[in-house]
Amino acid sequence: MNIFVCVKRVPDTSEAIVKVDDSGKGVDSSKFSFDINEADNYAVEEAMLLKEAKGGNVQVVCAGTQDADVMIRMALAKGGDSAIRIDDPRINVIDPVQMAKVLAAAIKGKEFDLVLTGCMANDDGNMAVGVALAEELGVPHAAMVKKVEAGDDKVKVYRELEGGVSEVVEMDLPAVITIQTGINEPRYAPIRGIRQAQKKELSVLKLDDLGVAPEDVGEDTSLIALENLYIPEVESKAEIIEGEPEEKAVILAEKIVKGGLL
Amino acid sequence: MGNIYVLAEHRQGELREVTLEMLTKAAAVAGQTGGEVVALLLGSAVDSYAEKLAEYSDRVIYVDDPLFAEYNSEKYQKVLAAILPEYKPELMMIAHTTQGVDLAPALAVELKLPFIPDVIDINVEGGKLKPLRQYYQGKVNANFSFKGEPPYLITFREASLEIGEATKKGSIEKIESPLKEDIAYRRFLEYVEAEVGDVDITQSEILVAVGRGIKEDKNMPLVEELAAALKADLCGSRASIDAGWLGHDRQVGTSGKTVKPKLYIAIGISGAFQHLAGMKGAKAIIAINKDPDAPIFTEADFGIVDDLFKVLPKLTEKIKELKG
Repeated sequence: MNIFVCVKRVPDTSEAIVKVDDSGKGVDSSKFSFDINEADNYAVEEAMLLKEAKGGNVQVVCAGTQDADVMIRMALAKGGDSAIRIDDPRINVIDPVQMAKVLAAAIKGKEFDLVLTGCMANDDGNMAVGVALAEELGVPHAAMVKKVEAGDDKVKVYRELEGGVSEVVEMDLPAVITIQTGINEPRYAPIRGIRQAQKKELSVLKLDDLGVAPEDVGEDTSLIALENLYIPEVESKAEIIEGEPEEKAVILAEKIVKGGLL
Repeated sequence: MGNIYVLAEHRQGELREVTLEMLTKAAAVAGQTGGEVVALLLGSAVDSYAEKLAEYSDRVIYVDDPLFAEYNSEKYQKVLAAILPEYKPELMMIAHTTQGVDLAPALAVELKLPFIPDVIDINVEGGKLKPLRQYYQGKVNANFSFKGEPPYLITFREASLEIGEATKKGSIEKIESPLKEDIAYRRFLEYVEAEVGDVDITQSEILVAVGRGIKEDKNMPLVEELAAALKADLCGSRASIDAGWLGHDRQVGTSGKTVKPKLYIAIGISGAFQHLAGMKGAKAIIAINKDPDAPIFTEADFGIVDDLFKVLPKLTEKIKELKG
């Protein structure tokens, strides 16, 4: 079973202060820590589990700058066979349809049974690239998958719906699956794997190498435009309790027990 | 401006609320731009849905065919790809749900539609639609616009607004299915219901909710002790379920349960919109998180911005003492 797994490097902004930069269309990311997107990490693990069960190879695909190489090497260390990084500043990263076109160009024409992506990137939250990619590749897809049972020419997947219900669907291979978090337990890269990963092939390609006309995936031809970013005013009615940690705890306990909240 | 179309979402015999939310938003936008609000429904034996939709739209167009007994992205895509070029709406709204995100991006590629996902609001400026989005899990807002020609396509986030009043009496038109035979690259097999646990958190009066901030399984006793002191049940955000700290039946949010307890104490939960949608109906909400910008504080009544590991032990101790 030959698998492509698409990964993205994203900032962890869960506890970071986010500020809009001078362009008004980006954020100051100088103080962010970056790593593989959470759902993509689960997609990498799922690719490794499928390879271990069914044989074949796993190729990692990423659109990004050299900063992404550490993350890509980690996926190789976990058992990926080779990687392609598409590094071209002309790619309009805002537009999921254009991004899908870029990733598709790296996969098209190669033999594959499955393409796995994360179901959502934590930075832009699009939830769109994987499904658009399937359409570009002309293969079936299933989004937000929480369980994969792969056969030889079919795959059965459990899509996680609202309210904890799963929808079970079967697709002919090849197919694209977008992976939901929690589907497996992502492994840590073994030390030996990390050493081996340094020797594995990581091709860095430009749009021209992929036969993609840069204007087709650039901002000028995008059908959508990001006008500006701004920090939303937090409409909080919350009474924020001040003081030292233990003082805050005491005040809150009193509010809970004596304030009629129970 | 042209008409605004809303794709009705339904599952397992129920029209989903997000459909009426979209129709509410569509009516507000159409009030500024002109044009009709049109509900588009694909299903099997769905006359009653069509009637319900007519209360929120100027026109209902529906396909009633056993081929649409269950949602299937490929069949939906085929039908929309036939209908949109013919009916030429200005804007097509699809829910940003597990159905919508499984459908809209492929449709956008096939028809080369200007497409913006996960829209939370639609502003109108100078007669132009300006969809509003969020980046970085709610920390940044992003104003978007469309280029090129309509139809424009968006997916619209669930629970972004209150459903309006049913004031319309739209016309209802049943059309013949553009899909003449089944297509079978992807086949629906079955639904598997959520597992049932020992506690039904939708019935709990007090909930202590755990998020990523608790960091490790070995820290769980801190919240377990707080829950015990309050006679509360434990639940959690997606992160705590993914990490295996709690079972799936304890997940609060769009992919888990919607809860409405008297008191909800969110510990180390940043408050992704999927989580907020599941708990904002709680009567009182307390949030403890070290990030002052965490979206959870927008829903909270009381908040502590601090290291939860420094707050929790004392909080539990003091509650025990006060409760005697």
